[in-house]
Amino acid sequence: MSQWNLIIDVARCENCNNCVLANKDEFVGNNFPGYSSPQPLHGESTIKISRTVRGEGHMVDAAYLPTLCNHCDDAPCMKKGGDCISKRADGIVIIDPEKSKGRKDLVAACPYGSIVWNADLNIPQNWIFDAHLLDKGWKEPRCSQSCPTGSMRAVKHSNAEMAALVKAEGLKVLKPELSTKPRVYYKNLHRSTHSFIGGSVVAAINGVLECVEGAKVELLQAGSTVHLSETDAYGDFKFDALENQSGKYTVRVHHATLGYAEREVRLGATQFLGDIELSGTKAFA
Amino acid sequence: MKHTKLKIILFVITQVLKGAIKKHAAVRKHVNGRSCVVQIVLKDGSAGRTYTFTNGEVTSKAGIHPNPEVTMLFKDIDTALTFLTPGVTQAEIIHAAKNFRVMVLGADASVVWFMQLMNLTQTAALEQGIPMADGTRRFTTNTNGGPLFVYVKDDKIVRMTPIDLDESDAESWTITARGKQFTPARRGMINPHAQCLKSVVYSEKRILHPMKRVDYDPNGERNPQNRGKSGYVRISWDEAFDMVAGEIQRQKKTHGPGSMALWHGSHHQWGNVGYYLSSLLRFGNLIGFTRVHHNPDSWEGWYWGAQHHYGNSLRVGIPGFYGLVEDCLKEAEMIVFWSSDPETTNGYASGLEGTQRRFWAKELGIEFVHIDPNLNATAQLYGGRWIPIKPGTDPAMAIAIMNVWVTEGIYDKEYVAGRTTGFEQWSDYLLGKEDGIPKTPEWQEAETGVPARVVRALARQWAKKKTYLAAGGLGAGFGGACRNATGTQWARNMVLLLAMQGLGKPGINFGNLQAGTPLDHNFWFPGYAEGGISGELAHTAGAAHTYCRMPHVLTMNPVKQMVPRQRLPDAIIDGKATGYPWDGFSQEAQMTPFQYPMPGYSKIHMLYRYGTSTFGTINDTGRYVDMFRHESIEMVVNQSIWMEGDALFADVILPACTSFERADISEWGNSGGYIHHNTDQLNHRIALFQHKCIEPLGESKSDYDIFTGVLNRMGTGAMFTEGCSDFDWAKRMFDASDLSKKVKFKDFVRKGYYVIPAEQEKLRSPAYFRWFAEDRHKDVPEPIPLPSQWAGDFAKGLQTQSGKIEFVPSSLLRGDPDNAERPPVNRYIPSWEGNKTTALVAKYPVQMISTHSRFSFHTYGDGKDSTVNDIDDHRIQVDGYYYWVMKVNPIDAKARGITQHSLIRVFNDRCSVICAADVSPMMAAGVCKSYESSAEVDLFMDPRFGRVDRGGCVNMLTPKRPQVKGTDGMGSNSCLVEFEPYTLPTEALKRA
Repeated sequence: MSQWNLIIDVARCENCNNCVLANKDEFVGNNFPGYSSPQPLHGESTIKISRTVRGEGHMVDAAYLPTLCNHCDDAPCMKKGGDCISKRADGIVIIDPEKSKGRKDLVAACPYGSIVWNADLNIPQNWIFDAHLLDKGWKEPRCSQSCPTGSMRAVKHSNAEMAALVKAEGLKVLKPELSTKPRVYYKNLHRSTHSFIGGSVVAAINGVLECVEGAKVELLQAGSTVHLSETDAYGDFKFDALENQSGKYTVRVHHATLGYAEREVRLGATQFLGDIELSGTKAFA
Repeated sequence: MKHTKLKIILFVITQVLKGAIKKHAAVRKHVNGRSCVVQIVLKDGSAGRTYTFTNGEVTSKAGIHPNPEVTMLFKDIDTALTFLTPGVTQAEIIHAAKNFRVMVLGADASVVWFMQLMNLTQTAALEQGIPMADGTRRFTTNTNGGPLFVYVKDDKIVRMTPIDLDESDAESWTITARGKQFTPARRGMINPHAQCLKSVVYSEKRILHPMKRVDYDPNGERNPQNRGKSGYVRISWDEAFDMVAGEIQRQKKTHGPGSMALWHGSHHQWGNVGYYLSSLLRFGNLIGFTRVHHNPDSWEGWYWGAQHHYGNSLRVGIPGFYGLVEDCLKEAEMIVFWSSDPETTNGYASGLEGTQRRFWAKELGIEFVHIDPNLNATAQLYGGRWIPIKPGTDPAMAIAIMNVWVTEGIYDKEYVAGRTTGFEQWSDYLLGKEDGIPKTPEWQEAETGVPARVVRALARQWAKKKTYLAAGGLGAGFGGACRNATGTQWARNMVLLLAMQGLGKPGINFGNLQAGTPLDHNFWFPGYAEGGISGELAHTAGAAHTYCRMPHVLTMNPVKQMVPRQRLPDAIIDGKATGYPWDGFSQEAQMTPFQYPMPGYSKIHMLYRYGTSTFGTINDTGRYVDMFRHESIEMVVNQSIWMEGDALFADVILPACTSFERADISEWGNSGGYIHHNTDQLNHRIALFQHKCIEPLGESKSDYDIFTGVLNRMGTGAMFTEGCSDFDWAKRMFDASDLSKKVKFKDFVRKGYYVIPAEQEKLRSPAYFRWFAEDRHKDVPEPIPLPSQWAGDFAKGLQTQSGKIEFVPSSLLRGDPDNAERPPVNRYIPSWEGNKTTALVAKYPVQMISTHSRFSFHTYGDGKDSTVNDIDDHRIQVDGYYYWVMKVNPIDAKARGITQHSLIRVFNDRCSVICAADVSPMMAAGVCKSYESSAEVDLFMDPRFGRVDRGGCVNMLTPKRPQVKGTDGMGSNSCLVEFEPYTLPTEALKRA
């Protein structure tokens, strides 16, 4: 049996907010009995985008992480919600707008912060995967339909097919340690959750400071090489997808004719090392 | 015989009317409650019939009525028969009318009513939109942010979605590049400011009935000093129309021609009938008005600068873009985005259509570089080397790049020798032979803050790789660095950079994949600048096509007096102003100033404002408060949809409806005029019928109907409408366009859109400038320059005097040789409000840039309770109030004790604006950035700081000084400010 899943590529999300706005367009002022009561015009939305900015100087990047109901197969909200919350055969989790009246406790039941309290109607609300539209033959929910970058992809797959896709594309879920079995998967999630170490390699050539292209850069941890890279035309290098708080690293830079440099890094969050000037002739370790 | 035929036709008309009333609710609605006697008659009285409307019914009788309200009078029997025979062409109708062979006499309101009824009998049967399974009807519309399906039930908009093309729509194009095939998604990619529109239609800020300022009496005390402070009272439409039409006529009699200035924003709601270059101009021309002459706001540096080097006047100095998506994908190795953020500005009016094409470039390994003080949305999405630069210093960096190219001999010497002139003089400047200062990367470092080595690295990469230069949001112009003190220098340098690398050769051109898709350039559907229904031939592009194809009565404004838009408040307050024209026909037209007042005309005593807010979009807008309150202004009319911006300063407010509440027709992204084939930014050309999806809210009316109402009072309503409703005009435009050859109106109105098939691969347009690089005859489909403007053979070379790219332009040497601010040799001249103005920097150390907005289209979509207000990058809610966002660097924030999303007062000598800070390293230190164009203006007196705006109009802080002496270019991105933490005063806020 096939069920709905949403795949979000963090590297393709540009924070245009079309998903958030399309979702509001659909639910603000509209009542879909059995699916969703009207949602408020302003305030917290059932689709949210959070920003992570990493780096400094010229080496800065930003990632945007859309979060919404994960439609977990082992949903913590359902354990608490009793008959207020049900899971459909197609995987979609619906909070019954009638039965859930007054159940503010369900907001805290979601470990992802994806249940939103509607104070006007006194009900908890989630992103319902636009089940009311899918049931009328729509091919995808409003959020992915409005996404201009293809960052959001709704797929209806069997669990086996989905597992294969997860493997093939290296998809991740939020908070996997909770084992809630989310149906929303992320690509390039490290852009939001992990750190990078970067720098710019420079050297004096004929007395003039220049960017060093083609320098070999090595990232070591506990004496062994974990990543290798090479500087680009601007002397820049970047080691990405490093665990936050992952401890001590050594960055070694070497160029065949321009020399050598080494930096110690204790990684909390992302570190841009700035200019690293080569000197001496120490060989690459 | 002919008389008999006419009599039969006149009789049949009764049956047609009766049938239509019986069958169609729309017709019944039109006739209900209306009593009227209409007569159709020959001038000699030899035949005629009288139609009497009462209680929603019609009867008729042969013969002449002694006192009809409406008389349709035919000069002769032939005219009558031509006119009244089904299938008569519009050309015949207009021809007869223009030669007074047919006249419709009577009170305009009745005449217009009857003629619209006659049209309605023919169109009421048309099915509009498609019924859906869920009980909604799917209409279509078009907006500044792209086309939409609009689902409506019980006269209420349920949802609005992007348009997904179906199998019956024309096929998409495919580009093959480096072994890969690229085909665009079959969906119109819309902007956030389109996706938010339902909330804006139903905004609590909608004006639902006409209003008058409570202390304004046109026959007594007008109290101009209270504009912007006093409240309003509701009035009826009759009162409103009487008041406005009465004042226009009183002004004419009291002051003479030119006393009313008619004044609008750069954009309005999309639609060829309702647009300002359409209905508004037709309205204005029938009154006579002082034109508020626009500056080329998005083009600035290109118009006043770049065009002198290479022509393209008819594109306001920006390059064209035919064939460049394919060329870039096939050939380019690098794209330098210089002050170019297409993910925010989307070129122009083209949704997010370009986004997928830039992903293709990434897939092909084309490198990106971003030169901008802000890690902008485009740089964030695609990555690539970010080169943060101090605003306004960009020309210094460009010059240093060219210095490296000359010093290291890495430019296209053959191209420079064969296709350009004046290089030696330019090279002398670059190398310092002219002034003893070599313009090296080290020289620029002190100006720009960009390390010399980075400039050298970029210069060498650029010389090594086939490079597209994305200059401005479109890639080929628009916005950004062309709108600061050095914008003219910058745009000129952009042309010179490419002149040194072989502009037009494969892979070397302007662009960022935003424009130049392989679409059909020979299928004509009018863009909004092509005149619409205006009949205005001098101030629109209507003469070329629309006026020939859609016969209508021309109109003209006999008042030649103009006020430069940027100087309007000065004109009112000081009583005089000087401007320089925006005229796309030549390089020379811009050099002759014009003066306000113009001899013979009245000064301005009435302001008629239509749409949108000035405060967010023009420079130093605190001046407008004083202008509105000036005693010489006897009436301020504001025709507005929402209670915002300038509407708060009006005496009479006329509530317009949104484009969802009236009929119109248009093509996505088709501006026409100065952006010939702007649709080349899209993946599919889509022409749309803009359905009247819902009835106008409250008592609001379409702009078209408001104009009709005013003109009916003055006897020119029939001339304005030509008896047509907005729907009828849309049909006339359909008939005029090539659309009518491809699809039946009936089918078009039902489905609501038509995809114009992409060009066949073999017939695609060649790459822009290729003809020039290869010294061939021009082979791209644009009628520019004018035939007389080729110095040599027609269609060979460029518009310049030499026909080549001129490093030192002949047009400047000829027309403005001694202007120290725009020298023929494009020397670097530091900004007049920037790092070098040290006395000012001591007070206001931060450079503020205010770019085109991302989540609203100028003011459209912002404020007014819109859902975009909840987007953190647009507005931030603090204590229940939505504040405008100012992006600041963490170092600057820390130095001032500012934290994320805390309130700050941004200020200089011009004003104070309260914003919410967005603190991140995406902003270069020493620079802050906001969007221009807040729709909200919320002025109050702060006892500590004087007049303060918390709506977010950062343009209250920007300078009004022209970029360059002898021009009218705005320099809003040259603006020094300081900011500090802010808390509201403890006492109640008082309107200022």
